[in-house]
Amino acid sequence: MTNAAQLAPPVRAGIPRFLRRHPTMIAGGTVLAAIALAALLAPFFAGDPATMMPSERLQSPSARYWLGTDHLGRDVFARVVHGARVSLAVGIVVAVSSIAIGVVIGMIAGYFRKADPVIMRVMDALMAIPAILLAIALVAVMRASVGVVMLAIVIPEIPRVVRLVRSVVLSVREAPYVEAAQVGGTRLPVILVRHILPSTVPPLIVQATYICASAIIVESTLSFLGAGVPPETPTWGSMIAQSRMYLPRAPWTVFAPGFALALVVLSVNMLGDGLRDLLDPRMSRRM
Amino acid sequence: MTKPVLSVRDLTTSFRPDIYSPWTPVVRNIGFDVAAGETLAIVGESGSGKSVTSLSVMRLLPPRGSRIEGEIRLAGRDLLALPEQEMRKVRGGDIAMIFQEPMTSLNPMMTVGEQIAEAIRGHLSIGSAEARQETIRLFEKVRLPNAKERYDVYPHKLSGGQRQRVMIAMALATRPKLLIADEPTTALDVTIQGQILDLVKELQEETGMAVLFITHDMGVVAEVADRTLVMLRGDVVEDGPTAEIFGNGRHPYTRALLAAVPRLGSMAGRALPSTFGLIDTATGSRGAEREAAPPVADKPAVLEVKNLTTRFAVRSGLFSKVTGAVHAVENVSFSLQPGETLSLVGESGCGKSTTGRTILRLTKPFSGTVLVNGQEVGATDREALKSARRAVQMVFQDPFASLNPRIPIGASIAEPFLEQKLGGKAEARDKTAALMHRVGLLPTMMSRLPHEFSGGQRQRICIARALMLDPKVIIADEAVSALDVSIKAQVCNLLMELQESLGLAYLFISHDMAVVERVSHRVAVMYLGEIVEIGPRSAVFEAPQHSYTKKLMAAVPVPDPSRRRMRRNTEVEEIKSPFRIPGFVPPKSVYKEVSKDHFVQVRC
Repeated sequence: MTNAAQLAPPVRAGIPRFLRRHPTMIAGGTVLAAIALAALLAPFFAGDPATMMPSERLQSPSARYWLGTDHLGRDVFARVVHGARVSLAVGIVVAVSSIAIGVVIGMIAGYFRKADPVIMRVMDALMAIPAILLAIALVAVMRASVGVVMLAIVIPEIPRVVRLVRSVVLSVREAPYVEAAQVGGTRLPVILVRHILPSTVPPLIVQATYICASAIIVESTLSFLGAGVPPETPTWGSMIAQSRMYLPRAPWTVFAPGFALALVVLSVNMLGDGLRDLLDPRMSRRM
Repeated sequence: MTKPVLSVRDLTTSFRPDIYSPWTPVVRNIGFDVAAGETLAIVGESGSGKSVTSLSVMRLLPPRGSRIEGEIRLAGRDLLALPEQEMRKVRGGDIAMIFQEPMTSLNPMMTVGEQIAEAIRGHLSIGSAEARQETIRLFEKVRLPNAKERYDVYPHKLSGGQRQRVMIAMALATRPKLLIADEPTTALDVTIQGQILDLVKELQEETGMAVLFITHDMGVVAEVADRTLVMLRGDVVEDGPTAEIFGNGRHPYTRALLAAVPRLGSMAGRALPSTFGLIDTATGSRGAEREAAPPVADKPAVLEVKNLTTRFAVRSGLFSKVTGAVHAVENVSFSLQPGETLSLVGESGCGKSTTGRTILRLTKPFSGTVLVNGQEVGATDREALKSARRAVQMVFQDPFASLNPRIPIGASIAEPFLEQKLGGKAEARDKTAALMHRVGLLPTMMSRLPHEFSGGQRQRICIARALMLDPKVIIADEAVSALDVSIKAQVCNLLMELQESLGLAYLFISHDMAVVERVSHRVAVMYLGEIVEIGPRSAVFEAPQHSYTKKLMAAVPVPDPSRRRMRRNTEVEEIKSPFRIPGFVPPKSVYKEVSKDHFVQVRC
């Protein structure tokens, strides 16, 4: 028995070692956490994003206005911080809901051979719809709101999740431990939840970060095009759209939200890459 | 003695998982010589460092995570001092290597001929036409049938044995001084294994190369090796001429290893199965063999299989038209008494595993009936299937894959009991603890995860899980095939003990004839989906009637070095495909009783 105990990997290697091995993941996670905290506490420190001060239009960054003001005399810093609320909310909600829906459909497609071709053809059709086009159509039909934007992004993301889950289920359902459970009389729902579902979690966590990043970009694009959330809500995309005419005179009005957008997407992707390496079974073997 | 081709002194190879961890030696201070025309076998169980030794010689270990110390000389040249560029010329030039997996060692995107021609042109400066000629010559040399046509064939069209021949041809392409063969026959069927071993012997005689043969199989060692090196956890425990090692091994581990090797023919004259006499690796004292009990004859059969047929449709084309079927199991019938072990033997693709899976309906049968305790297991009745599955349980081949890696073993063992609602949590826990004790594990290990256990322990866990439902029949699908020899013997003994005390019947599916001879009451030989011979073990083994059974018996390597220079003279022939076109009607056949309960298939 001592032999097996020696062969077993050490449980946790300690925090410093963890930091040293995954610098990008830690950096991405830290930046993201800071931005999320700022977005959460925005009403308490960032000031009002809607107050217009016509006398102080297009001010350059100063001690009073950290990131200057825009063409209507609004505080760019306050608007960027408030804009993070919309971006992160869209990113998280889209990631969580597309995965929640995709997992269920993917498990059905992967496990039930009869359902598989039908579901996958529907998914192929959904995948052919561009998010931006769908959003413009939906906004034309319904009233523009954050919910409509999320729906428009979730629908084309679902097939990606379904494909991923299906491929994992297809390989795991043939695993001897799943067959052993069948032979032991384990009920189907238990087999699905207890023996198959956990294998899909690591790739899904990684996929979630990518969906999150792409949702943030799509949301910004929609806002830029004016097909996104209502114009009175400050978002990075609409800030860039409204300020682009003033780019030569007041570059901060475009660069501040643009930089915030790039930073968030980069952090999310760095976190995702780190998680992918961490959760890869071949890597964790060496931990 | 002439100057050795390969000379290894004080070889120590160490690994570390990352640069922050200390070096851990996995091979310690080993030394050996291999002369031209000589075969040295390195033998040991998994984790003994035998493969690491061969990879050290080739310098194929990852340079960052490994460290090789000592001296490795090839014809006097120090390999460890060579720059990487020079070493690359040595690999595949002076030293060639063949691996265990002929399936993955060839590039699937290139024809086998191109791959070998490329290897030749990498070392000799000749034109492509000449390389082609040379490749075909090599194919002929490794006795690949239709060598010329084989040049333009992709690897997936070849069988495992043919692929291994191609690998050997590639290894011989540059006329190496040393051939390293790392478990080259482990993944092959016995009849193919015999052919490949013969081929290596013949080629060695023709070319005079030195061979370093890495294996875990003592039978193979006896067949090929002039000298043998026994390794245990990174140390050489014994080395010497093969005959001496086999005749009077001094180290207790060597003797334990040899004793654990099942020998074909060791059961001659005995009617009943018998446990293995295990040897203590520390003291070398030998445990007693014990004869198993006969099956219960006066009770009704626990499992009856009648005319079972399983076919897999093969579809192709745009509209998935059925273009044929793989006749995996064809008209198979047998019955199993309580306390009896019936072994299904045959080579890969013969349908023995599919038979087991069809009984449990992991695969749907095409036709035929399965009766468990006299009750038919049908396609429609879910309750009948559930109760059948309670009475018939299965132990799978791969102990690593048959336990969910995320679930503690106690929960895995208890799952069937709880799922079939046979009792509450406390009862399940008590029963799990009792069964773990029963299979030789401590009940306190219940909360551990599968990766904390060795292969043998995991197989014990799987056996405990199978016993949780108090089954009458256990289908052991290659249950001991993946285990090291000494562990194999222990698990076989455990199975036989459980059979006696619980009155279990086993359907023992295996390709390992020597183990089958030990454990079975009756044996059924399968070939292309059909049972060609079935009868009492002693009758089938001592008086095989069917030509295929005879061939199978002759191919098993015998752990007896005195038979080393013998050739089997079996033809270079591969097992046929069980694929049939639609509308194919299997030929009728009858079974002729040659002696009591011993039936042989005869085609009408």
